[in-house]
Amino acid sequence: MIALLSRDLKLAVRAGGGFGLGLAFFLIVTVLIPFGVGPETELLSRIAPGVLWIGALLACLLSLDRIFALDWEDGSLDLLATAPLPLEAIVTIKAAAHWLTTGLPLVLAAPALGVLLSLPQGAYLWVLVSLALGTPALSVIGTFGAALTVGLKRGGLLLSLLVLPLYVPTLIFGAELARRGAAGLEVEAPLLMLAGISFGTLALLPFASAAVLRINLR
Amino acid sequence: MDLTLADVTVARGGVPVLEGVSFSLAPGRALVLRGPNGSGKTTLLRTVAGLQPELSGTIEGAGERVAYAAHADGLKAMLSVGENLRFWARVFGLSEIGAALAAFDLERLEDRLAGNLSAGQKRRLGLARLMVTGRPLWVLDEPTVSLDAASVALFADAVRAHLGQGGSALMATHIDLGIPEAGIFDVTSLRARPRAAVQDEAFL
Amino acid sequence: MASIWEYANPVKFIRTTDRLLPWISVAAVACLAVGLVWGFFFTPEDYRQGSTVKIIYLHVPAALMAINAWLMMLVASLVWIVRRHHVSALAARAAAPVGAVMTLIALATGAIWGQPMWGTWWAWDPRLTSFLILFLFYLGYMALWEAIENDDTAADLTAILCLVGSVFALLSRYAVLFWNQGLHQGASLSMDAEENVADVFWYPLLVCMAGFILLFVALVFLRTQTEIRARRMRALIAREGAY
Repeated sequence: MIALLSRDLKLAVRAGGGFGLGLAFFLIVTVLIPFGVGPETELLSRIAPGVLWIGALLACLLSLDRIFALDWEDGSLDLLATAPLPLEAIVTIKAAAHWLTTGLPLVLAAPALGVLLSLPQGAYLWVLVSLALGTPALSVIGTFGAALTVGLKRGGLLLSLLVLPLYVPTLIFGAELARRGAAGLEVEAPLLMLAGISFGTLALLPFASAAVLRINLR
Repeated sequence: MDLTLADVTVARGGVPVLEGVSFSLAPGRALVLRGPNGSGKTTLLRTVAGLQPELSGTIEGAGERVAYAAHADGLKAMLSVGENLRFWARVFGLSEIGAALAAFDLERLEDRLAGNLSAGQKRRLGLARLMVTGRPLWVLDEPTVSLDAASVALFADAVRAHLGQGGSALMATHIDLGIPEAGIFDVTSLRARPRAAVQDEAFL
Repeated sequence: MASIWEYANPVKFIRTTDRLLPWISVAAVACLAVGLVWGFFFTPEDYRQGSTVKIIYLHVPAALMAINAWLMMLVASLVWIVRRHHVSALAARAAAPVGAVMTLIALATGAIWGQPMWGTWWAWDPRLTSFLILFLFYLGYMALWEAIENDDTAADLTAILCLVGSVFALLSRYAVLFWNQGLHQGASLSMDAEENVADVFWYPLLVCMAGFILLFVALVFLRTQTEIRARRMRALIAREGAY
């Protein structure tokens, strides 16, 4: 299992793609927002937590189709399916690798980009916490979507269409947590819900992803 | 443990392609599948490897004993030869890759990126992967594609060594490998009579 | 004893629904005609909302069917996964566009109603938002069916998507409620609906709901028949080609 994880990480770093591209996209979205809504500091600092969440979500979405597509094309997926690892473990590791190469860098970059959006002083911690807690769910849900569309040519747009509605609860609770935290309001409810979604999807969704992958491989 | 197929029917896209396939493969033996293109050899091999379910019949002695190699070698262009091989070894719970490198004459290429190999070298690496799985039953689909005569000889040696250690091999290939332990199994006569896909039968 | 699963046989399904379809269609048209005419012309105007309230005769039944169509797809998907009856997979496929159109009608009539009432075509009200999200789920579901060539693979994948989607749709519903408390009136129709809606509005509404349900059943039967015939045609062509 560790072998698969370290191989995927190594590939992500060497091929450049996923890793850098997601971060660059996150940066671009954050830079474009002020051009779109105007430079007023007050407005920007009010929408900053939401913008950071949307940017992270879209950057995450951008790299989803790479989760299985490359392994599918070169036959690795077939060979992995005959390996002693259960498919459930394989999809979990794939999701973990995706989070480490996409989600985690986004979480770490968010405070820096928060500066560009005049994120209020007290909000940094909560943006960081909500993204750290929420992005694993984005990776796990995205892995399910990637497994659904693995054999398809031009599956990218379909993947977005399938995954975006599934992202809604995570986005709502994540952004709400960041917003409430920033405003100094009570955060317990969204915090618990976000944690619930992350751990719930992590525990259950790999079974659905593995079932879907098995169907697509046959 | 023998690989035993009893009255197996396999399907491609729901359409039966081979039916009534029965044979048994003992340790130390090899079996070469013969038949024209499109006769269902690949489908049969994928089924034995457990990648798709058989339509009917029973397959025993496959499952966790199978090391499968197909047209696609499952190599990562951005990893070196050694890294590719070591990865598969670790997936199968082993770590030693020296013997596999030696058997397929890949030692000098160990640090070369797999993306920079020639087609034949890639194929050799794909086959060397079999040796690091530690699994007794090799299921091979056209293993000699893009290999030159010297490489084919290396491959035949590897198969013979594998059989000598009590392993077995089931393969689809058209060339004679010169392996005395190999039987021939011709699937031509077992081709399923043409009919609609199974999932469509309810609609007829 | 005849089991309900007999109707899972495509031929039997077509034969039975062929007999039922004219009756259901006539009943649906009758109910809709009676309900809508009754509702639009023979009910008093609401003292607060004026004549705009009459759009409920389209809005409420459409919203009802938007949700129930998804529930029906969920049940059909479960039947497909457990018992692998092709008709149920095709029925789920057939229901999706109908459900999507119902969702669209509910959203459009909601907007038309909301304009005079709330002074805006659209508000990010929890209920409206939930329906918008539901519409996205329908779109994704239909797109996945279209994208996959092998019928059984498509049926398997969409069934799992429907299951997973249902869980997330439910989650979204709670998330959206949490996110914005909203302008929308609460569920005004329940068993003790008299408390909320006066009888004069309630009876024509019931007739309209019956009409929409019958319309949905008729459309799903018709579309399932079409799907079955299309499959049968493909199977026949495949067999001819094979010989």
